[in-house]
Amino acid sequence: MASLRAGVVDDQALCIAPGIHWLGALDPAMRQFDIILKTANGTTYNAYCVRGSAGVAIIDTVKEGFSAGFFARLESVARYDEICAVVLNHLESDHSGALPELMRRAPQAQLYISPKAMPTLRGVLKGELDPQRILTTLDEAGESRVIDLGDRSLRFLQTPYLHWPDTQCTWLAEDGILFSGDVFGCHFCDERLFNDKVGDFRFSFDYYYQHIMRPFREYVLQALDIIEPLPLRLIAPAHGPVLRESPGDYVRRYRQLATPLLHREAGDEKTLLIFYVSAYGATERMAQAMREGAETIEGVRVSLFDIAGGEVAPFVDLIEEADGLAFGSPTLNGDAVKPIWDLLSSLTLVNVKNKLGAAFGSYGWSGEAIGLIEDRLRGLKLRVPLKGVRLKLLPTADELVACRDFGHDFALHLCGRAERRVLDISELG
Amino acid sequence: MPKANITFEDIGITVTVPAGTRLIEVSEKVGAGIIYGCREGECGSCMMRIVSGGENLASPSVLEDKVLKENMAGRATRLACQAQVLGGDIVVRPA
Repeated sequence: MASLRAGVVDDQALCIAPGIHWLGALDPAMRQFDIILKTANGTTYNAYCVRGSAGVAIIDTVKEGFSAGFFARLESVARYDEICAVVLNHLESDHSGALPELMRRAPQAQLYISPKAMPTLRGVLKGELDPQRILTTLDEAGESRVIDLGDRSLRFLQTPYLHWPDTQCTWLAEDGILFSGDVFGCHFCDERLFNDKVGDFRFSFDYYYQHIMRPFREYVLQALDIIEPLPLRLIAPAHGPVLRESPGDYVRRYRQLATPLLHREAGDEKTLLIFYVSAYGATERMAQAMREGAETIEGVRVSLFDIAGGEVAPFVDLIEEADGLAFGSPTLNGDAVKPIWDLLSSLTLVNVKNKLGAAFGSYGWSGEAIGLIEDRLRGLKLRVPLKGVRLKLLPTADELVACRDFGHDFALHLCGRAERRVLDISELG
Repeated sequence: MPKANITFEDIGITVTVPAGTRLIEVSEKVGAGIIYGCREGECGSCMMRIVSGGENLASPSVLEDKVLKENMAGRATRLACQAQVLGGDIVVRPA
């Protein structure tokens, strides 16, 4: 018998709507999640049981260490031989930990995952599951499969990269319930579970977006286009409170969060941000020359920043909206300087893929910083169209001309007006 | 040694390379917009569109074929980390 009280009870499923139960786990001791997220009061791993007149579906599981409680909750509302479908909206370990055991206990059940989840599933199951029991949630014609539970049915929304390639949402139209996976979730543990009962989790909701979803903002916006028209009555995410009171507010909040933080002042112009650090003024002069050169190209707006005078977080906000990024650093002990690395190690919070990048700098002995920065930019999936400019100690007039040319040529690439060229591979270095 | 010409359409650069070169060996150096993840033919990050000259690339391996199918890639799509040029002219752009 499931508990109908407003709160989680050990080993008992919690009813979130008639015939639909929460089977998840509370993890109040969690303080650091996936290394990059802090949580002041833990998290939850949410899993759900949907009962229809013709069968039972389980949506998501829990982290492996919490499996015993998950199975106890499941057994409080369903028998294993009733389960016809297991849906995994996302296969990361905190949601798939109990999956192998669940598939063993329910040998008749089919597993439904998104098409992009197959490579991940191989890592999770290590070949333990008969391929005949795995179905992707799009059919051969590219349409959503439907899990028919009799008086209820589950459909699937393809919402990849929220925040892994495999992510999807499951839609229960008859009840207006969206099983959303990580999207609309947060790390917030409160046994009262429902958003109208738990403590204040607004910060946790926004924080989760900023750290998990923000790098995939374009995909968030695509997913919102799919989700916003739905007649939502409840959002059942994979972490944190179940959103039964005004679920649309959380969708609107996502729209706000995914909208660019900074008003685009440059209109149709391309924006180039030049960041530099300079010990004796040489790299600074290179940066200024690069700006002069770039500004000769119509349609490019250039901004120059001495990193030593700024904070990382606002620079990251600027970078998220920029088209081109250039980083100037001296070489100290064979490396770029720490303020450069502090900024470049903070860019995983935003999407910089396919922006244009460049590096430059003055050096005393060997000038490794430029190549190291270029490698980092490529690692972040920026395009680096031009070999960086490096010079020994103080720039000569000719070298400053080279820096201006560098800025000029980089700006041409930004505008898509770079000269078409034919090269031999030996010229690429 | 036989040569091939790879044109990266998004940046307007053509590179002459020895036959047998993999796209990955060239595209990053010229700053083309093809991006890489695992670089081992598994993640699908480096999918690229073959604009022309697909017959001048070695056929996809079983691994590449599987990854392309799992990513619902079209017929003119290849993985840049796997695709090897045989000769002639090839034009590519990011998928």
